[in-house]
Amino acid sequence: MVYITRKIEFSASHLYNNPALSPEENRRVFGKCNNPHGHGHNYVLEVTVAGEPDPRTGMVLDLKELKRVLQDEIMERMDHRFLNYEVSELAGKIPTCENIAATIWTLLESKIARGRLHRVRLYETPDLFVDCYGEKNGAAR
Amino acid sequence: MTPQPHNAMDLRLTRRYPFSASHRLHSAHLSEAENQRAYGKCNNPYGHGHNYVVEVAVSGPVDPATGMIANLADLDSFVAQQVLEPFDRTYLNEQVPDFRDVVPTTENLCIEIFRRLRAFPHAKLERVLVEETGLNKFEYSGESQGSEP
Repeated sequence: MVYITRKIEFSASHLYNNPALSPEENRRVFGKCNNPHGHGHNYVLEVTVAGEPDPRTGMVLDLKELKRVLQDEIMERMDHRFLNYEVSELAGKIPTCENIAATIWTLLESKIARGRLHRVRLYETPDLFVDCYGEKNGAAR
Repeated sequence: MTPQPHNAMDLRLTRRYPFSASHRLHSAHLSEAENQRAYGKCNNPYGHGHNYVVEVAVSGPVDPATGMIANLADLDSFVAQQVLEPFDRTYLNEQVPDFRDVVPTTENLCIEIFRRLRAFPHAKLERVLVEETGLNKFEYSGESQGSEP
């Protein structure tokens, strides 16, 4: 098994607010991230695909193809967007790094033509990232 | 509407924390010559320092109220209290009691940090990774529960 990783960067804004909580509770739980105007990050996304190289091409999958999928599914949807209001897949969810990573997994999983999506790693800052390995009890890490 | 979490998903949250400290690699079980041979420059009697980076990975269900595995404020304060405050700007051999009789290699540092963080009450500690410099790093996932990075 070979693991190949492609990286992209996108910039987006978000805010954390749970409508089921009072404004005071939201400020206490989410701190500065509850600022109603939102704030932004330069997200870095690493997408890892696992598979055996095709004996004819020597490739697990064509990186050009993975680049196109990431462009269509992630960049077009999320780059320079306000995640709470402009990304329908995140509607009703608090756009934490956990929820964005899980959403990205769901968007990508069926679009990987060769190999198998192994890991989605989303950096919100260089010091904070979330790894998603798909559905629990799915393929082993 | 209450936000929907992604609890069916296998998720892991990782946070990186820098600290700076000095250490000396010297084993009471080895002779002076053996210490020199085993540790080289790291056996210099005055010690030397590094800018360490600790990566702490936790897993657990995503709280539906917050969308989070663990609130970063809770994780940050726990790591600060257990590791950063006692370790940062110290001479590990002399000022961290756990290294009085244990050589503070980064392997042992990794294990000690894992031991200190294991009791984090809000999520399951999965892995501790310590970068001693930008060129080497060490990982520990506890005994008999190791999983691939």
